[in-house]
Amino acid sequence: MSHTNDTHAEHGGGAIAEIKKVTIILSVLTIVELILGFWMIGMENKALVLGIKGAIVILMMAKAFYIVAYFMHLKHEVKNLIMTIVVPLSLFVWFIIAFLADGNSFRNLRNTYDAHFKEQSTIKVEQPAHGAAHGGGHEAAAEHGAAAAHADSTEQHTDSTSKHEEAKH
Amino acid sequence: MSTTTTASTTEAKLWGGGKSPFSVEYGKVMMWYFLMSDAFTFGAFLISYGTVRFSTNGWPDPNLVFKSFPFAPEGINAPLVFVSVMTFILIVSSVTMVLAVHAGHNMDKKGVVRNMIWTIIGGIAFLSCQAWEWNHLFHEGAWWGQNPFINADGTASSTNFTNFFFTITGFHGFHVFSGVVINIIMLIMTLTNQFEKRGHYNMIEKAGLYWHFVDLVWVFVFTCFYLL
Repeated sequence: MSHTNDTHAEHGGGAIAEIKKVTIILSVLTIVELILGFWMIGMENKALVLGIKGAIVILMMAKAFYIVAYFMHLKHEVKNLIMTIVVPLSLFVWFIIAFLADGNSFRNLRNTYDAHFKEQSTIKVEQPAHGAAHGGGHEAAAEHGAAAAHADSTEQHTDSTSKHEEAKH
Repeated sequence: MSTTTTASTTEAKLWGGGKSPFSVEYGKVMMWYFLMSDAFTFGAFLISYGTVRFSTNGWPDPNLVFKSFPFAPEGINAPLVFVSVMTFILIVSSVTMVLAVHAGHNMDKKGVVRNMIWTIIGGIAFLSCQAWEWNHLFHEGAWWGQNPFINADGTASSTNFTNFFFTITGFHGFHVFSGVVINIIMLIMTLTNQFEKRGHYNMIEKAGLYWHFVDLVWVFVFTCFYLL
């Protein structure tokens, strides 16, 4: 790394230019993320949605890099210091792959062997009225609660504010 | 033979003292290690959120949940708009923090004070936005243990969505709050000439590292909850 020894040189005139450059990069990355986010709204094509989500994750990592490297100044530190920070954090690569794969496998197992779970995740419900839902701690209880809210949702639509007040007291 | 002698002489120099292996002061190294440990805490939260989301068939659509804006009519459909405002507030406050650190390097007290005030205003603005959003969601019936939003595919949702949302944004909001408190202390110390007496503004740098970390975490929280 040629950057290890120019710590003090960076604090001269070049620093403000660098701050401006990084600010613009971060803003542009955020705007691109938001454009992708807006584009995804209501999109039916599952494969394209997955691709856009992947692109958003890459942009997120780029933003994180610019904040850590330039705003937190890590890029201009001694290489050994960079390594003591970055090497432990690389454990996240393993964490993310392992835990997400585990979650995915758990879902597949439940869909295969847990008929109740599978059934519950296919029954359509209506969006309960404003402030009406009170989910229990248990997943199944929450589902039954939502189903009950569905039953009298027509009444609640007519006078949602008073229902909301009742629910609070 | 010759290699061993050079090795031992270099070793003698390295261990002879008077050398700063990381060429940063102690406090800054420790701030980095604190932030690394904090990154693991946030990482654990976000990964558990991801795991639970991957293990469930349905999940509420964030664009249908986060679609309100302050002072706008109740039924407004403006997904992503308010959260983009919050994101830009945090980015801008991060930029003013860098400028404060830069002014500190040049022993420019006025510049430090001005940029610290802007950073504090940015932090308070972000917290106000979050307070409004939490309050709004609460009045829609969302809270820990209760979730009024159904899944994107029209099936009944569990309370996992709101539990993770309030826990993780709450933990991040608490970090923003402590960051604002730290920045206010730094501003008072600058105004009372503490750093002028010490001859350096290293404390501003350490507070700056913490503040940028708060911005960094928001990049991940924002993406995971509002975009994905």
